[in-house]
Amino acid sequence: MLKIQGLYKSYPTPQGPLPVLRGIDLELAPGASLALMGESGSGKSTLLHLVAGLDRADAGRIEVDGRELGELDESRLAAWRRSGIGLVFQQFNLIASLRVADNLAFQARLAGRHDPHWQAELVERLGLAALLGRYPEQLSVGQQQRVALGRALAVRPPLLLADEPTGSLDERSADQVLELLLDLLAGSSTSLLLVTHSARLAARLQRCLTLQGGRLLEQGAA
Amino acid sequence: MRSLYWTLHALASHWRRHPLQLFSVLAGLWLATSLWAGVQALNSQARDSYARASRLLGGADHYSLAARQGGLFPQQYFIELRRAGWPVSPLLQGRLRLRGRAEQLQLIGIEPLTLPAGGALAGQAVERLDLTAFLGRPGRPWIAADTLAQLGLAAGAQPQSEAGEVLPPLAVWPQLAPGVLLVDIGVAQRLLGAPGQLSRLLLDGQFARAGPRLPPALAAQLVLRRSDEAVDLAQLTDSFHLNLSALGLLAFVVGLFIVHAAIGLALEQRRALLRNLRACGVSLRGLLVALALELCALALLGGVAGLASGYALAAWLLPDVAASLRGLYGAEVAGQLGLAPHWWLGALLIGLLGALLAGAGSLLKAARLPLLALAQPEAWQQAQARWLRRQAWLAAALGAVALLALLLGDRLEAGFLGLAALLLGAALALPVCLNRLLEALLPHCRRPLTQWFVADSRQQLPGLALALMALLLALAANIGVGSMTAGFRQTFSGWLDQRLAAELYLMPTDARQAQAIEAWLGNQPQVRALLPSWRVELPLQGWPAQLTGIRANPHYRAHWPLLSASGEAWERLAREEGLLLSEQLARRLDLQLGERLRLPTPSGDWELEVLGIYADYGNPKGHLLVAATGLLRHWPGLAPRSLGLRLPAAEVPALIQALQARFALDDSRLIDQAGLKAWSSRVFERTFAATAALNSLTLGVAGAALFISLLSLGQARLSQLAPLWALGVSRGRLAWLSLGQTLLLALLTLLLALPLGLLLAWCLVAVINVQAFGWRLPLLVFPGLLLQLLGLALLASLLAAAWPLWRLGHSSPAALLRSFADER
Amino acid sequence: MDCMRSRKPMACGCARLRAEFRRALLAGLLLLVACDAETPPAQGFAGLGGAAAQFARVEPGRVLAFPADHGAHPDYRIEWWYLTANLRDQQGRAWGVQWTLFRNALQPGSEEPDWRNQNLWMGHAALTGPGGHRHAETFARGGIGQAGVASAPLHAWIDDWQLRSTSPANGGLGELELQARGADFSYRLRLRSERPPVLHGVQGFSQKSGQGQASYYYSQPFFQAAGSLQLDGHSYQVEGPAWLDREWSSQPLAPDQQGWDWFSLHLDSGEKLMLFQLRHADGQPYRAGTWIDADGQAQALGQADIEMTPTHHSRVADRRLPTGWSLRIPAKGLAIDTLPLQEQAWMATRFPYWEGPIRFAGSHQGVGYLEMTGY
Repeated sequence: MLKIQGLYKSYPTPQGPLPVLRGIDLELAPGASLALMGESGSGKSTLLHLVAGLDRADAGRIEVDGRELGELDESRLAAWRRSGIGLVFQQFNLIASLRVADNLAFQARLAGRHDPHWQAELVERLGLAALLGRYPEQLSVGQQQRVALGRALAVRPPLLLADEPTGSLDERSADQVLELLLDLLAGSSTSLLLVTHSARLAARLQRCLTLQGGRLLEQGAA
Repeated sequence: MRSLYWTLHALASHWRRHPLQLFSVLAGLWLATSLWAGVQALNSQARDSYARASRLLGGADHYSLAARQGGLFPQQYFIELRRAGWPVSPLLQGRLRLRGRAEQLQLIGIEPLTLPAGGALAGQAVERLDLTAFLGRPGRPWIAADTLAQLGLAAGAQPQSEAGEVLPPLAVWPQLAPGVLLVDIGVAQRLLGAPGQLSRLLLDGQFARAGPRLPPALAAQLVLRRSDEAVDLAQLTDSFHLNLSALGLLAFVVGLFIVHAAIGLALEQRRALLRNLRACGVSLRGLLVALALELCALALLGGVAGLASGYALAAWLLPDVAASLRGLYGAEVAGQLGLAPHWWLGALLIGLLGALLAGAGSLLKAARLPLLALAQPEAWQQAQARWLRRQAWLAAALGAVALLALLLGDRLEAGFLGLAALLLGAALALPVCLNRLLEALLPHCRRPLTQWFVADSRQQLPGLALALMALLLALAANIGVGSMTAGFRQTFSGWLDQRLAAELYLMPTDARQAQAIEAWLGNQPQVRALLPSWRVELPLQGWPAQLTGIRANPHYRAHWPLLSASGEAWERLAREEGLLLSEQLARRLDLQLGERLRLPTPSGDWELEVLGIYADYGNPKGHLLVAATGLLRHWPGLAPRSLGLRLPAAEVPALIQALQARFALDDSRLIDQAGLKAWSSRVFERTFAATAALNSLTLGVAGAALFISLLSLGQARLSQLAPLWALGVSRGRLAWLSLGQTLLLALLTLLLALPLGLLLAWCLVAVINVQAFGWRLPLLVFPGLLLQLLGLALLASLLAAAWPLWRLGHSSPAALLRSFADER
Repeated sequence: MDCMRSRKPMACGCARLRAEFRRALLAGLLLLVACDAETPPAQGFAGLGGAAAQFARVEPGRVLAFPADHGAHPDYRIEWWYLTANLRDQQGRAWGVQWTLFRNALQPGSEEPDWRNQNLWMGHAALTGPGGHRHAETFARGGIGQAGVASAPLHAWIDDWQLRSTSPANGGLGELELQARGADFSYRLRLRSERPPVLHGVQGFSQKSGQGQASYYYSQPFFQAAGSLQLDGHSYQVEGPAWLDREWSSQPLAPDQQGWDWFSLHLDSGEKLMLFQLRHADGQPYRAGTWIDADGQAQALGQADIEMTPTHHSRVADRRLPTGWSLRIPAKGLAIDTLPLQEQAWMATRFPYWEGPIRFAGSHQGVGYLEMTGY
């Protein structure tokens, strides 16, 4: 499914380039789930952005379904984001001007994969039925995150990328959201790459890796 | 397509959630297009009317024979000339008043069979021309549809003339000039009560250019004239229309400022949305296409609304414009707006281009928008400093352009370019100046809230800059144009008082009558002075000029003010040593005192020295004064054009009655001083009525810009104000503080607008007026006017600020709280 | 004869006539009533077949009287004074001169004074010479003195063109002055005749179709002309025979008549011959003519007496015109072939037509004029 080899990335700063990723190698099989941990600034989000095609690597390969992301042009990358992945990022909020129902369907519609039955199932399982007519600003943070999850899954992506999806939730809500996520992924071929600070959450995934000094350290399978 | 649709859907959802922003974009587009389209409509209407007038006789009217003595002449001359082989065609022209109506129609009687070859009638290939009806009985007068509608008549109507003659059934001739009734010459003679009389003989151009000699018997009666009335009209009115265009353009630019501001704001607010869209897999190209489409749709919407209201505006202003064109230039403009499809399309296209121009910056920004907002946004101070630097440079460059154009240019276009550069440069310099002012103010603020007040005002500059610029431009334009108009009014009425000193003016119909009147008046003891003048129209270096001959009289020295003169100017004029000429003509011919001017006369050139220069405000044609004796020697047999009479004011009515009874002079040939002054002032007022209306509309647009900017900033202001609220400043107080901030910025802007407006006024009187009309007015400052405008602008700002701030004052604590959580 | 010479065939129709002011004008001038009616059906040449109810009718039995009938007949709708001359200059080169004045009344009996007068006048003049063909055209309203015709003595004028009798001899046709002028040519001729006018048809009643259309028609074919021509600044002294046609009517053409070919011939033998054919839409032309002996005796020729066959065609003004003809009158032993002096003798007037001098050879020799309309 996902194959990363020798990935390097650094950011320019007034003091010279700041290396963030220094040779990452990673593989993720279809249906597998992987937790990515690490301190703030260790490069977890950068790695996720690179996989999502939001940013370009300095060196190395990211291969998804046999396609090398570095070789895709802008519009192919956009198509990849549209239909190849689901994103649950903190900073990619919902579209404030669209109602919940439209937010849920948005990416699927873009990708031409809108499936009312699947969406209805998602709504039911995410418990959003009562909220469909509301605007994002009228939801609690936990509810917003569930909508984001639903939007990402509505497109049935082969790969789900989640960046601290529960970061702003209390423990109980966080557990609920993760439970829902894993539940929804169970039995599907969607792979999950989850960035989190919480070892407790990480432990519930199949594998767990830690980023440190720009390199990956294996924590062993759960 | 699918992805484009959903992208557009998401983009549009923003407008649904922020209708006010949508309103401001549309309002900006609407206002910009509206004023521009309105002015263009007026101009194109007028130009169309000139073209129709010039096509009336298809260019056949360039050469004509007229009575040497003026007035009508017997039809027999026409027959004699035809029988001598001259290809002439008779024409009878006169004013016709319909019974029970105030308007006068221009009645033109033609003889279609003999019209010079190549002359189409009213520029029209005649679809269903029924010549049999036109020539036959009872005849068929042709009239333009708009004139007919203005008279409230329908085709086929048979109105009566004032004299009780019944007109044949009227028929519509689409391209006929407005205000004209075209009839067969026989019908014209009947309606005008001039059987067997003609006013002109049209002459084939080729024949006339060969320089034929009139048969001796007729040479004493008729004189060959060349007239380019249509060309003259277009030439004369050119500057008038250019002025209107300039005002329209100003409004357009102000409107675009609003559009630019609103679209820019929308982009700022939709930053997150755009990132979101791209993260969801919308390509950059797709996003830009969607944004451009959105812009076009907005432009179309605003443009169509603007066209509609522009049309209404033009229809509203048209009577004034038409009246001033008639008064100033004698140009007849159709009173009913009728615009060709290309006008609609053209105006829409201009609106679209303007919107794209105003939105181009935002599109460019969207294209450069980084996908990831990882890099922290630059500190606002840095960004602002860079922006201000750029503005300052641009302003300096524009200032240089303005200086060059105003000081070195010698054409009206250069004048307007300079003006535009000056205004734009000043607008760009405004934030820089405001920033400096606030910066200078900051150290003097001790109390924390005052400090915040000033510092926060600085931070608000970028958001409000465009609205403030619009305010600056509008106010400066108002001050400039207002000062010029008021100055002109003062100068003009003073000049009029001095110049129109004779108590009564009369225009004899011909030389014989003039002689009789003069003889009779000589025996009237109450008439203290008799001031006859003779006039010849002649082109001087291609410019139409009126050469007037006067008889020496001490009256002139007292009542004909000279701007500059050599010694003994009046005495030397009487001795035929020189001439006096109007300021505008002197400028056009580039003549100074003491230089010599050669006048073409039928008996060869007549060279005279320039003895003096006088103001001749409001006259589009050139004007010269010479001694009557000399004039009559070069143009023998000329009838006096008018007689000015000095007599005690109380005697005027009685004399008018006596003259009317004795010489059958109608109202149009006798006018007293008060009447003439009233007429002149009316023409003047009308001329500036349109200007004044457009001007106040511009101010309104600027007010709207401020309102819209403040309104759309309201939401963003919350997050800036929330910390103060959290620190214990009440919402009401915050609202008052914000109002104070807005007013402070507006006031500073207004103070800067004052010198700019006066500078503009100077440019108008010293550059634009001189280039456009040829006269230079003294620059007068009217403090009352300035105060009034300042108050008006302040009021506009207050009104604009009130509603958004009222909303701020009443915003819920929850909204303020949320602004902490919201990340932009 | 040249009924409505210069009438263009109805083929071009009223709509086209109206396409332009001047044309519309002519529509008024010549065809008038036809164009008043909304989209009339086929009405003959340029509408000349229009109803003529209010105008006086042309009927047999009227006795023509001179000089009174030299003047205008305002009760009839149309009328013309038509003069052609075949001239030679001192070098023996052949020239041709045409002078025509048309009258057309908008309303019957319209002899009111001043602009109320409802007569419209049109003049055509042409000069054909070794170098080519020139023509001129002018218009006038009646009633004001710009154009008109007086009968005793005969004086027909428009602008500075005129045909004026200068002697009462021979019923007013004994001695005439003729002059006209175009932009680049002019002529002035003196005309003399000693014989009385020749009446065509039955005592001047000339039928134009089998359906009753007719005109009053007489000629003076025995003029001898002499005078001078001016062309492009050169002057030529000329002389030769001339022919005056006078015709008036109210509805001279049948609705389906498309145009005509008309000949006036001066035979070297001193005899004169007038022939015309009116071409019908169905292809069977109506032919008639007059054989005039050298002493002035006229004999009407009928359909059966005349053979007219085109022998040569020319491209003129984008049209194909028969400029060479074979003419036969078996009863008179006449069999001649005609050739034009200038093939391009085109009158590019508002209603264009072909009119120019010709010469002929065969059983007889001589000169004459040919007019062709409706091509």
